[in-house]
Amino acid sequence: MVSLVKRAGSVSVPLLVVSACSSPLSALNPAGPAADAISILWWIFLIGAGVLTLFVMCLIAISFGGPRQVSERRWTVGLGVGFSLVILSGLLVSGIAVGERLLPKEDAIVVHAHARQWSWTFSQPGPGGVWVETERDLHIPAGQPVDVRVTSGDVIHSFWVPRLAGKIDAIPGRENVLRIEADRPGIYEGRCAEFCGLGYSGHRFRVIAHSLDDWPESIPLIPAEEAE
Amino acid sequence: MTVTPQGSDTDQNASSQTAANLPQPALRLHWELDRVWRNDRGLRGQLRAVNHSTVGLRFMCTSLIFFGIGGILAMLIRTQLATREGAFLDTELYNQIFTMHGTIMMFLFAIPMLEGLAMYLLPKMLGTRDMAFPRLSSFGYWCFLFGGLILLVAMFAGVAPRDGWFMYTPLSSSAYSPGINADVWLLGVTFVEISALAAAVEITVTILRMRAPGMKLTDMPLFVWYILGAAAMMLAGFPPLIAGSVLLEMERAFDWPFFDPERGGDPLLWQHLFWLFGHPEVYIIFLPAAGVISTIIPVLSRTRILGYGAIVASILGLVFLSFGLWVHHMFTVGIPHMALAFFSAASLLVAVPTAVQVFAWIGTMWKGRPQLQLPMLYILGFFFTFVMGGLTGVMLAIVPFNWQVHDTAFVTAHLHYVLIGGFVFPMMAGLTYWLPMITGRQRIKGIGELAFWTILIGFHGTFFIMHLTGLIGMPRRIDVYPDNPEWGLLNLVSSVFGFIMTIGFALFALGAILQAWLGKRTARDPWKAPTLDWAMALPPPSYNFASLPGPAITGMEDAGKAALPLARGEGMLPGAPRGRREVLVTSVGEARMEHVAILPSNTAVPLFLAAAVGVFVLLMLFGLYHAALVSLMPVLWLVWRWARNMVSQSAIPPVHVAPGVLLPVHYDCPNTLTSTGLRCFLFANGTFFASLVFGLAFLSLVSPGPPPPEPAGTFAARAVIIMFGLLALVLASVVPGRLLQKVPSRAVTGRLVLFSLAANLITLLAAGGLALWQMEDPTVHARGAVQAALLGYVCLHVFISGVFSAFVLDQNRRGEVSADRLGALRHWKLWQAFTMAIAVLSSAVIFAQGVSI
Ligand code: HEM
Ligand SMILES: [Cu+2]
Ligand SMILES: [Cu+2]
Repeated sequence: MVSLVKRAGSVSVPLLVVSACSSPLSALNPAGPAADAISILWWIFLIGAGVLTLFVMCLIAISFGGPRQVSERRWTVGLGVGFSLVILSGLLVSGIAVGERLLPKEDAIVVHAHARQWSWTFSQPGPGGVWVETERDLHIPAGQPVDVRVTSGDVIHSFWVPRLAGKIDAIPGRENVLRIEADRPGIYEGRCAEFCGLGYSGHRFRVIAHSLDDWPESIPLIPAEEAE
Repeated sequence: MTVTPQGSDTDQNASSQTAANLPQPALRLHWELDRVWRNDRGLRGQLRAVNHSTVGLRFMCTSLIFFGIGGILAMLIRTQLATREGAFLDTELYNQIFTMHGTIMMFLFAIPMLEGLAMYLLPKMLGTRDMAFPRLSSFGYWCFLFGGLILLVAMFAGVAPRDGWFMYTPLSSSAYSPGINADVWLLGVTFVEISALAAAVEITVTILRMRAPGMKLTDMPLFVWYILGAAAMMLAGFPPLIAGSVLLEMERAFDWPFFDPERGGDPLLWQHLFWLFGHPEVYIIFLPAAGVISTIIPVLSRTRILGYGAIVASILGLVFLSFGLWVHHMFTVGIPHMALAFFSAASLLVAVPTAVQVFAWIGTMWKGRPQLQLPMLYILGFFFTFVMGGLTGVMLAIVPFNWQVHDTAFVTAHLHYVLIGGFVFPMMAGLTYWLPMITGRQRIKGIGELAFWTILIGFHGTFFIMHLTGLIGMPRRIDVYPDNPEWGLLNLVSSVFGFIMTIGFALFALGAILQAWLGKRTARDPWKAPTLDWAMALPPPSYNFASLPGPAITGMEDAGKAALPLARGEGMLPGAPRGRREVLVTSVGEARMEHVAILPSNTAVPLFLAAAVGVFVLLMLFGLYHAALVSLMPVLWLVWRWARNMVSQSAIPPVHVAPGVLLPVHYDCPNTLTSTGLRCFLFANGTFFASLVFGLAFLSLVSPGPPPPEPAGTFAARAVIIMFGLLALVLASVVPGRLLQKVPSRAVTGRLVLFSLAANLITLLAAGGLALWQMEDPTVHARGAVQAALLGYVCLHVFISGVFSAFVLDQNRRGEVSADRLGALRHWKLWQAFTMAIAVLSSAVIFAQGVSI
């Protein structure tokens, strides 16, 4: 069903779109479970919105056909309240269900992302309690959930890797957690997504997912239990 | 058959017969009225104008000029984004430009535009001659103009705000935004918001108290309902923004750390206050536009609206619901998911009343015979655009989807679909519909249609693909994207169509100018509309109606037919035989006649007052805080003069409004326009206070920051001083109530008022002592800063109470206070009671804080 929706979506949009979707920052080119779930939501929304727009436009076009007897109840209560409530409740339930699924719940590897004007520092606990820091590149294992604890040293920034998951803000004085996961090894572009001043356009970073076999020597890999 | 002022339960038909005054020569009435109501001649006359048509048009024209400026900035943005490396703007300039684009469009175009439209139309639709507070209209306009000019001058001087139109702190704090750029935003926008509050108060009062006799709330044209909803929302929605701006400006100016996380502040508090305003703001913008749609659709479909009751219910629903959704702008700040789900549900729920309206409009078109005249074309443009914008809005309300597209070009696309679809298109429908009234001329055929199609194609070409640009990762507010060639083509297309849209707007402007200049004279009531705004000559005379419509005339099929009898003086209160600007004041629910209000005539005091406030704002802007304090003296003096103009020195006899109907003038009445206005203002003021208390609660309960230091002084000393201050305030407050019960002799009255004045001053002294000895330094911790802000707020009110008592003292000295002439006593009592309430609440809050520490 889901793949059907997806295929319908990608067939119905022009070539331009298909090629654009493969962009390194595209939310429509998911490479992890969270981004995947959200992109499915999108294709459903797109079809639904298209149908609804068409429906309303048809109603308007028909109105030019001359005066008719109309029932006030049918238009205001029936269409206005009933019809819209049915659609909206369906949306709400699906939204909450997907949202709950994306939350950090069971244990995962924990890494820290610290944003500043205009750089990103990532750190993860190494053996013996030392923290290993990397600039600009975050290394994670592929196929495993990772909780990114996001903080800021100055203004508000936002941690966003569109192909893996949605975004979460880095707010001074707070720590926010975002769960990401990459299905396959690869390099995933990320960037700051909250306007943060002069260097905003270039406030970028990368998430590099490795398979466990060729994990880089310099970055220690800590299983979830030990990281706690 | 007579109608008594108290409005006995005479039925409508019977009372309508009273309205028949004898017909008089229309031309003579016109001269008589125009002499009293018109603006003075020349430039001086323009500066002194208070007439609602003049001021309303001024609001609209000025806001359209700002729309043009905002549009030029949009073109600069689109030029920059057309290519990957950007065209010519450096980042600093680009940031200023998009911030100014958003700020101008929201605060200097949309809000003033709807205020102007409401001001221009309301008295005409309600069957009266002006707004409730003509001087306030004028004052609001000057505040808007001066505030707008401050922002513009700053832009040309290269120091425009540059932190985005929602000015998120800490980016906008003095640490990360040194210089005056952010202050320009905070002070300039707040200055402009004075005009929004003024407009909201007078719109509310005009609608509630100045409807034609017999026009019950449920008989009001839908446009009026929509404007009432918008005005009520402005009363509740702007205070949080003003509160937030004041706090942020105090942080920047005096280092009070409201939003500084290292000293117990919280950047999220700004976001809450901003969006507590910002979300209702979009409905404040949408409601009047929907009012225009509800007006035009039935007229151009030659039928009546379908589902009047359902639409009114939807308006009320929107007004309430839209204050419960602001968090959907903050889905990514780390609020727990279950709370987000609640706000997501509320955001979806608000789509229901919107859907009810859309389907009621379409049902109306089914019921009637829609005609494809130009205003209808714009309405079709509205439907097409707004439905899509609404649907993307529903998508954005779904939390996980929002996590992806928040702050991307998808949101830019969505917000322009709703703002241009839901406001600009309806406003253009409205302009084409009312331009024959405003100019008295018919439009030149062809240009309008061409403009419409150019704008429609340009708009969708620009913004439709921007949804996709956002989905494939382009954030909003970036100036270059060298590493993302895949966004290039989409942006180029958006830019090209953006220029096409601009050409369309230019064509629209050209059409409007040609119409005003070259159009043929239009006949009366060209659309055959049922609302009273068309029951007059075109363009409307300065006084609107030579005689005011009564129950017989409101609610008729074809307003144009009423024009003649009204112009001949057959309605109420014909002409201006007493040489005064007279209007009828009616009761809130049933619109029974209560009294005749004498409105002020042309004066430059509003201009001077706005200029004096402007001086204060400029001094604050340049950091001259002591001078700024001194500059409040002329403000106070002008306010005093303003109030003195409201006093009548001698007794004024009652007025015959129709045969057998004798009404008192407002000086002798308890329930005047001013008292309703003061209540509206105190409601807004209460929301401001609630925003401050919300801030304190938020910082204490939600924010993670470090705990506040031990408060200075001792609990006992604090309690004693507060109790002492409150006691003095109680004594000050009982005086006006006591005087209202029965006014004693002049000497006794004088002594009592003097006593109250002294008690108010003692309260101020107690507050000063509290601040000096018993409160922590407000720069140390945010909680202390909010407490100090609360104390300052209370002090300001006590001070104004003192001014009130001084004013009454002065009136008593002049012999203007007596048993049947209460002067400012009632208003003083109301103000003093409000002051008492906030003082008690603030003390309770501060005590609760002391205990919880
Ligand atoms: C005349 C046609 C218009 C065009 C071509 C246009 C274009 C744009 C563009 C390109 C942006 C910036 C996107 C970015 O930062 O990446 C923008 C932002 C914005 N526009 Fe418009 N716009 C137009 C009209 C309007 C109108 C009529 C309104 C409101 C009534 C409006 C309100 C805004 C707001 C609030 C922002 C956000 C500014 C910010 O991010 O701080 N725009 N517009
Ligand atoms: Cu950033
Ligand atoms: Cu909103």
